[in-house]
Amino acid sequence: MAHTPAIPLQARNMWRYLPRGGWLLVAPLMVLVLGLFLGPLTNIMVISVTDPKPGLGNYAALFQSDALGGILWTTLRVCVLTTAISVTLGYCIAHAMIHALARERNWMLSLLLVSFWISVLVRTFSWLMLLGRNGLVNNGLEAIGLITQPIEFMRNELGVLIGMVHYMVPYAVLPLLASMQTIDARVLAASRNLGASPAQTFWRVYLPLTRPGLVAAALLVFILSLGFYVTPAILGGGKVLMVAEYISVQILVTLRWGTAAMLAVLMLGGVLGLLFVMSRFMKLSTVFGGTKP
Amino acid sequence: MTQPSAQTHQGSAPYEGLRLNGLTKRFGRFTAVDGVDLHIRRGEFLTLLGPSGSGKTTLLMMIAGFQDISAGDIALDGHSITTVPAEKRNFGMVFQGYALFPHMSVRDNIAYPLSVRKRPHAEITARVDEMLELVQLTKFDTRLPGQLSGGQQQRVALARALCFAPPVLLLDEPLGALDKKLRIEVQAQLKAIHQRVGTTFIYVTHDQEEALSMSDRVVIMQNGRIEQLGTPQELYQRPATQFAASFLGKSNFLHCSDGLYALRPEKIDICPATQTAGAPLGPHRTTAVVHSVTYFGSILSYTVALPDGTTLQVDVDAWRGGPTLDRGAQVTLDWPDEAAVKLAPDTP
Ligand SMILES: Nc1ncnc2c1ncn2[C@@H]1O[C@H](COP(=O)(O)OP(=O)(O)OP(=O)(O)O)[C@@H](O)[C@H]1O
Ligand SMILES: [Mg+2]
Repeated sequence: MAHTPAIPLQARNMWRYLPRGGWLLVAPLMVLVLGLFLGPLTNIMVISVTDPKPGLGNYAALFQSDALGGILWTTLRVCVLTTAISVTLGYCIAHAMIHALARERNWMLSLLLVSFWISVLVRTFSWLMLLGRNGLVNNGLEAIGLITQPIEFMRNELGVLIGMVHYMVPYAVLPLLASMQTIDARVLAASRNLGASPAQTFWRVYLPLTRPGLVAAALLVFILSLGFYVTPAILGGGKVLMVAEYISVQILVTLRWGTAAMLAVLMLGGVLGLLFVMSRFMKLSTVFGGTKP
Repeated sequence: MTQPSAQTHQGSAPYEGLRLNGLTKRFGRFTAVDGVDLHIRRGEFLTLLGPSGSGKTTLLMMIAGFQDISAGDIALDGHSITTVPAEKRNFGMVFQGYALFPHMSVRDNIAYPLSVRKRPHAEITARVDEMLELVQLTKFDTRLPGQLSGGQQQRVALARALCFAPPVLLLDEPLGALDKKLRIEVQAQLKAIHQRVGTTFIYVTHDQEEALSMSDRVVIMQNGRIEQLGTPQELYQRPATQFAASFLGKSNFLHCSDGLYALRPEKIDICPATQTAGAPLGPHRTTAVVHSVTYFGSILSYTVALPDGTTLQVDVDAWRGGPTLDRGAQVTLDWPDEAAVKLAPDTP
């Protein structure tokens, strides 16, 4: 650009200095990110190895305390189940949306987006009302004589799962929708033409072609579930203790910051490790960027 | 059918081929294909030729089973297949844009029709090797479609569609995405493959040269109807309507007292007026003035104006046709009686 004689000298100088000017423009943002994000993060890491006394004592506790191991195991189990159920449901919804008429698809998309706007607290409390011992579901089932004892939906993993899946399904739908939209209808027609039954077409062509969307949806839901706090806390009623809630207890109640920081670092490491493993199997840009491999 | 082969249908005595009876497709009030009657013979290379929107793809999709039929009937070897779903018809198809499976290797793409039919592994391998050789892609069998050139992808699509030895192969503008040089090359390969496998080919194109050079018979379509059906020679030499004459090759049209005539530009003799000054006037002999000359390498194309103002195209062999006539030159034209073909009035 700088060699174009048509550009006056002043403008040329501006071009040359633009990179530096450009950095200046984003500098406030950089300061914010570094100062308010990376800074505290480093602080957490430091706390995890210094509080209450320097060393790896907090991490060693992982292997010594049954309670900690139990919490991690519960978290992992709930997150895996939530991911599996949400992605499966999300796949069905996305598939239905893709094959609906344009007008119906727009309706379905707006409903999906509306669910993003409703606070997670509101949604959790409505489940509380629906699923309680005297909630709508139990009363209804009793009224029509299907059950005599109310079903325990709450204060157990079932309730937590219901609430979390309900919250996560829209997150699973969006990446799946994006990847289904890129499938060429002629490829599916070709499969039929070559003699494949609808089931064969699905398993051998449709599903493999939506794999990047599936991976993206699963990662998104799993990572969000790992840090989920409100729903497990309310619907689990203290019986289903997951990492996020445990961290908050450590910080607010028992004031064991070292343990809390250790768990936070552990979760961060887990997420980064997960991304690393995924990146070995497929290009993450195809999962997140939506670009063709 | 344990061993797929082109001879699958030999047993069924008098071969019927594919028969379309009054095939019609309506989209709402619009009729895209309008009562097409057609008998496609076994092993034939039949081309559907027509301008954009004439209903070629729609007709092909009805034959393949992807498009519902509004009226009419399709029969293969005397049995109606109108209600048979696409995946049970066993017709091969090469789609516009090929529609290869992007996540499968070339080998897996070609093997797909056999593996969904749960054929034994050894048979699949042998058959795929045979097909790879047929389309000359043996070296590329582990590549993904995205790593192939357009012409190679086209050949994979062809091999995949031929792999299960379908009685009929449908091709929708399979060469549309290729550049001109490659197109001519692939045309020859396609024709050779047709001769080797003996499958019935139904080929859609809007390229008239492609239609003339490859087909046993050509169907000219317009507005969802068959305008004319015949061998390339028949269609070129004896066009039935003005549309057929102008769509396939170039043509002059002469309005005479008893109707409209088509006259191909290369069938007119042209020579300088000075050379024929003394000769007696023939039945069609006229004088004219050269309006413009265009050089196409193998031919010289003249536009000449008759005394009454009508213009005619005259093509002469650039190599043997004598010295080039200049613009404004006085010329004499003549043609034999049989050169002009009487046309039926166009269907509206
Ligand atoms: N799904 C549809 N709904 C309404 N009209 C349609 C539909 N499909 C095709 N048509 C109409 O039917 C007519 C024939 O279409 P078709 O695709 O068969 O043309 P074609 O001969 O294959 O043209 P091209 O050479 O451009 O591919 C067109 O006028 C088109 O607009
Ligand atoms: Mg078409």
